Amino acid sequence: MKANSPSVALFIPCYVDQFYPQVGIATLELLEKLGCTVTYPSGQTCCGQPLANAGYARDTVGTATHFIETFSDYDYVVCPSGSCTLHVKEHFPAIAGLAKEQEALEHKIFELVEFITDVLKIEQLEGKFPHRVSFHSSCHGQRGLHLSSGSELNQPPFNKARKLLENLEGLDWVELTRTDECCGFGGTFAVTEEALSIQMGKDRLADHLSHKTEIITGGDMSCIMHLQGITTRSKQEVKFLHLAEILNQALS
Amino acid sequence: MTHPENAAEFLKDAQKSKWHDETLWFVRDKRDKVSKGIPEWEQLRELASGIKDNVLANLASYLEEFERNATKNGIIVHWAADSEEHNRLVLEILQKQNCTAVVKSKSILTEECHLNPYLEKQGIEVVDTDLGERIVQFLNQPPSHIVLPAIHLKKSEISELFHEKLHTEKGNEDPVYLTQAARVHLREKFFGAKVAITGVNFGIAETGEFVVCTNEGNADMGVHLADVHIACMGIEKILPRRKDLAVFLRLLARSATGQPITNYNSHFRSPSPAKEIHIILVDNGRTAQLARDKFRSSLKCIRCGACMNTCPIYRRSGGFSYNSTVPGPIGSILSPGLDLKKHSSLPFASTLCGSCTDVCPVKINIHEQLYEWRQEVTKTQDDFAKGLSMKLANGIFKSPLAYKISGSLMRNALKSLPNSLIYHPLNVWGKNRNLPDPPKESFQQWYQKNRL
Amino acid sequence: MNSREKILSAIRSLTLEPKTLPDIPNFSNPGNLVERFTQSISDSKGEVMTKSEFEAWFSAAGFSKVISLSSRFSELATLSLPEDPHDLESLEVAILDGQFGVAENGAIWLEDTELGLRALPFATEHLVIVLDRKMLEDTMHQGYEKIAAAHSGFGLFLAGPSKTADIEQSLVIGAQGAKSLRVVLV
Repeated sequence: MKANSPSVALFIPCYVDQFYPQVGIATLELLEKLGCTVTYPSGQTCCGQPLANAGYARDTVGTATHFIETFSDYDYVVCPSGSCTLHVKEHFPAIAGLAKEQEALEHKIFELVEFITDVLKIEQLEGKFPHRVSFHSSCHGQRGLHLSSGSELNQPPFNKARKLLENLEGLDWVELTRTDECCGFGGTFAVTEEALSIQMGKDRLADHLSHKTEIITGGDMSCIMHLQGITTRSKQEVKFLHLAEILNQALS
Repeated sequence: MTHPENAAEFLKDAQKSKWHDETLWFVRDKRDKVSKGIPEWEQLRELASGIKDNVLANLASYLEEFERNATKNGIIVHWAADSEEHNRLVLEILQKQNCTAVVKSKSILTEECHLNPYLEKQGIEVVDTDLGERIVQFLNQPPSHIVLPAIHLKKSEISELFHEKLHTEKGNEDPVYLTQAARVHLREKFFGAKVAITGVNFGIAETGEFVVCTNEGNADMGVHLADVHIACMGIEKILPRRKDLAVFLRLLARSATGQPITNYNSHFRSPSPAKEIHIILVDNGRTAQLARDKFRSSLKCIRCGACMNTCPIYRRSGGFSYNSTVPGPIGSILSPGLDLKKHSSLPFASTLCGSCTDVCPVKINIHEQLYEWRQEVTKTQDDFAKGLSMKLANGIFKSPLAYKISGSLMRNALKSLPNSLIYHPLNVWGKNRNLPDPPKESFQQWYQKNRL
Repeated sequence: MNSREKILSAIRSLTLEPKTLPDIPNFSNPGNLVERFTQSISDSKGEVMTKSEFEAWFSAAGFSKVISLSSRFSELATLSLPEDPHDLESLEVAILDGQFGVAENGAIWLEDTELGLRALPFATEHLVIVLDRKMLEDTMHQGYEKIAAAHSGFGLFLAGPSKTADIEQSLVIGAQGAKSLRVVLV
């Protein structure tokens, strides 16, 4: 994108803003390296997903209204989270008086990887990343936004993140045994069904580690936060990086 | 006990819960392999979904057509508004036959109606003839999976059980040996039964026939030797045309067990000479579910169990943890319609990963209905404290300033509080996971400092 | 109001969006029908045999209780079809004709005319079905087209010997129904 190019607004999930600012920074720098003019609207807060998933979608009217208004002036909204992006697209309550803006938002909001492949139409990135990398396919991104094909469906296989990663020089793509099983984070599930959440996380990690991965990556820090929480507690040796961090590093 | 408590209990036996997970994943994997061999698989799912949508939109006229044709062919049709009436009707037929012992093949509907204890209270012996169901019957347990009733049991447990009940050799765990023992035992029951009860996989409106699918042949062994066949059918199990069976029989076994078709697919149109076939059409909450816009399509279910096999939660918590006749993802959107209070934890026993929706042969949007049931649960089962904290959270996220302040408060608190407070048992996150290291500044703060 | 009226009026009281009943395409897959059918039966733990293979197996086994309703092998019968299905208790072999088979899954269609007694293919210890190799269809869609006008009081798509995996998912052949299925393709 050059001058007079569409305006891109950065939507940084609340927990990324608070706990993983480096992912926000990587996302911003990456999009700029790819030629985008990026703004970070400063009034943004949260998409409201935790409340909605806990059964209080009706109490997210204020949050959703604020979100729609914050992002109304931009051509694109890009977010380094499939889960938050999907929530804005499909689970916002209908906001009276903002119907036009709301519909426009649903069409102009993109998760980071799909923005790069589908809007910027970048098939391949030139860069170095000489590491063994395994990919955690976050559920909402995969089954909701179709960022990659599902193992359940009879469809030709595709993976938008893989397209961007596997051509990086030196990157060793690690195949998993169960390619897209849920990590067990699930928002409030992580706390309300703690035993299951931990077991699911441990099983995912065992899969990745059994294939001798060096770095586990994915498009959602929520999944990574959960998996990393388990490995740091059990002192397992594996690194975690968000896709934005890998791509940004590779392009520098 | 709630689902989380049951799940935690189930996971305590690490070896068994791991085996349960791997066994059911294996069934899911078989389903994947066989479905990838059918190029038109996704089209078939779309067709099945469309056919069932049409059925639900025209249910009354299809039921009348089915009744008309079945009656014409000599099948006696009964209607039951609820489970009590269903059980009473079965009992009446049995009493008319002076029958005190019946054989029954797999019918989740009869489980739903608690038919067995009802009949047993009336002094009638009920023998469940599906091997898995006979096993759990011996143990006084309900089935833990709608297709694989004894999936939660190891062969050592079954060997112990058969030694006690069927006098098999102690310690002989060979599945072939144990199955043969059950065959001999059940064969005696089949040859002695005057009345046999079955479920119904599909009822065909166009012809008035109904179809029963098994791998063991136990439904047929029961009905063809008995004088009276009682078939129990949920009113949603209708299909419009005979040829619709092609779509559904191509999908059913492949989704359920990874087989191209079950061994036996029996089409009942008329009774044999001098015999009777009864069919009981049961509502028991189905018309109520039909009225629920957001949950109506859960009635498309053909009880294949694929959603259970794919669910990472079901595999790691087992069918009993749901406390629901039909467990797993589909059970979690059907049962709240029957008793919202009892089943209020079920829609939350999920990460909403969506895998169930993608394996469902009739494309029920299960994970979306789980999300919708959560909204219903909080309206009437509102945990006051949780509701209040949600309102507070909305208050915080609505206001950028409030968000900024509370965010930095939280980050600073994490930095300065001792681990013993942060990892207090009340902090459930911290039981088995570390919290992320709090960074020195938020992204917003970095942006303000470096980019504005 | 009886339950029938209650149920039907409850359904009719709802205003539901109309949904069209879809047409079903005539799905068909390439490949040799006999090969695919044979593979399907084999996958289902049954066995497809030629006439001579069957005769060799049958004579070597030395069965004493055999019912044959098949025009092809009527001379092999040692018993005639009883009136009462309970008399099938110790039957060793039943030989029946199948109307046609479906290649995609090995399902064979039989009706009252082929079965004689509905209990026969289940109660027998071993089941043999004789099938004309020209009577094979590709998928269930073609199968149901073939029986669209059939009015038999009972019909059965049978695709293998009785089996179960209810004990720790170990496959055991011969649960409650016939312990084996042999299909003689003629």
